Amino acid sequence: MRFSILCLTAMFCLGISSMAEEVRVYNWSDYIDDSLLDKFEQETGIELIYDVFDSNEVLETKLLAGGSGYDVVVPTGTFLQRQIAAGAFQKLDYGKLPNAENLWDVIKDRTDQYDPGNAYSINYMWGSTGIAVNTGKVAEILGDDAPVDSLALIFEPSNMEKLAGCGVYFLDAPTEMIPAALKYLGENPDSHDPDVIAKAEPVLTAVRPHVRKFNNSEYINAIANGDICVAFGWSGDVLQARDRAWEADNGVEIAYNAPVEGALMWFDQMAIPADAPNPEGAHVFLNFIMDAQNMADASNYVYFANGNLAAQALLNEDVITDPAIYPDEDTLRNLYTTTPYPPKVQRTVTRMWTKIKSGT
Amino acid sequence: MRRALLIIVPYCWLLALFLIPFAIVFKISLSDIAIAIPPYTPTLDFDAGWQGLKNFAKALDFENFLFLTTDALYWKAYLSSLRIALISTLLTLLIGYPIAYGMANAPDHWRPTLIMLVILPFWTSFLIRVYSWMGILSTEGYLNQFLIGIGIISDPLAILNTNTAVYIGIVYTYLPFMILPIYSILERLDGSLLEAAEDLGCSRISAFWLITVPLSRNGIIAGCFLVFIPVIGEFVIPSLLGGSNTLMIGKVLWEEFFNNRDWPVASAVAVILLLILIVPIILFQRNEQRQREAES
Repeated sequence: MRFSILCLTAMFCLGISSMAEEVRVYNWSDYIDDSLLDKFEQETGIELIYDVFDSNEVLETKLLAGGSGYDVVVPTGTFLQRQIAAGAFQKLDYGKLPNAENLWDVIKDRTDQYDPGNAYSINYMWGSTGIAVNTGKVAEILGDDAPVDSLALIFEPSNMEKLAGCGVYFLDAPTEMIPAALKYLGENPDSHDPDVIAKAEPVLTAVRPHVRKFNNSEYINAIANGDICVAFGWSGDVLQARDRAWEADNGVEIAYNAPVEGALMWFDQMAIPADAPNPEGAHVFLNFIMDAQNMADASNYVYFANGNLAAQALLNEDVITDPAIYPDEDTLRNLYTTTPYPPKVQRTVTRMWTKIKSGT
Repeated sequence: MRRALLIIVPYCWLLALFLIPFAIVFKISLSDIAIAIPPYTPTLDFDAGWQGLKNFAKALDFENFLFLTTDALYWKAYLSSLRIALISTLLTLLIGYPIAYGMANAPDHWRPTLIMLVILPFWTSFLIRVYSWMGILSTEGYLNQFLIGIGIISDPLAILNTNTAVYIGIVYTYLPFMILPIYSILERLDGSLLEAAEDLGCSRISAFWLITVPLSRNGIIAGCFLVFIPVIGEFVIPSLLGGSNTLMIGKVLWEEFFNNRDWPVASAVAVILLLILIVPIILFQRNEQRQREAES
């Protein structure tokens, strides 16, 4: 559905010549409360065109092609860092962003490594990458002591063989899956050494025949409907799936666990492309998003933590107290971050990934 | 003079919409990947003049084409696409021919309605139709619910994200392209030939094989090419309905471009894909031409 909505939006944009001021935002799918989009238009009188993507790679392709036409985009920190180096973004004008005082130092410090001083970007949301299970079905297949909070669930061929019939989805993102496989082996997940990275290949190749699909967005519905039993995915997406299953009341119960071996922590940053048609409007949008109430509404809806300290007081109880969203000290210690691959290593990684996925 | 003008128009068309884009793609296929805007190097710098052009030409090489030969993925994907295209063309022919035959033999006043029914699905977006197949074929989808409901199976069939789903999607989508050319030939078929054959003692079945099928050959060939050529490069159906085991060159091309952000290699794959497709396209053109000559 997402795909077709995107295409319809694109057709729509072509059809209407811009009369009023408009700002074009390109964000991840299932990543905002739609009512905020209406609220923005009502408050500012700026027409908002909101498109979605489901992979950093697709966003980067559009950014590096130039002339994407978007005013605000939301890459993950590691991608942002090298896109800044490629000259894809313009510096933020903090004079136009009074709500930036709401931002949370803890997250600002962590995103400093990708964008020093947050000169080009502000944090939208952050989270971890972990394991989603349909608790009932997985217990049925692997028993009550199934390792649902361990990478062994998805990287141990004997487990995956049994789960295959029920359905397992992996992320189609080498920058998520390869660090996880390295972590499982006890290697440095952020290694840029091709020899170390190569060790991830046999781990992933061994379980690939049991993976039904590599995709970054379809797992939300697939696991909520009971079409699959296990997915390796993003924290908030899994919690959204949990809620969709509740609403559908279809007997599917979903749990999210950050792997005990360690989970990747990532930061999605809002930035303004260098060739944005309406940078003024983009600043208005960023300022709107950094409003404490708006940011809290967004997190309450999508179950991802945000980088906004003032918003925390306005979060729902089940969001702020859920360690899967706002990790406690112990979980936090178990989270790791990664840095972007240099171009040569990047090619090795993408080749390896294509090879793993296609099974050749 | 008028003749020359008449010829120039289609050639301009060809130049603007085919040769120039092809030259751009070919040029990118000779360059190297870079993290920059645009994501390849070298880029042509007209300001640098003749020297710039020379430096530019020097930096181009066939490295990416050599790379395609070193990785088994690419020729396997080409072969797999050919296989999927061949099998699905045969399947559409097997299903499409009887439908076209039935339509051509239906009472005259029925035919417009029948043609309409074949064309009707085109009024809905192709993407939405493929998406609805996801709803039908998924584990908890309508097909499995129906089969379990009437007691044929007890465990749901895993069809979605397999090659079977890809074949279903392709046959469904491309069926009209097979039916319509065959129908247009069968409709014009001279019925007196069949009557003559039966008068001379030929059974209806052998009359079908000896007269109807050979005379509809051109329709069959046209239909097969109309299905085969686009299916080889098909991307939407395998990526939505196929699984991790579905290997098609259209999908590989998309991945090179969007996932690997490797425009030079993606361009090289596209150039080779085009070269592979030129053979069936030329054969198709020749068939059309022969048909026109036979008619005139």
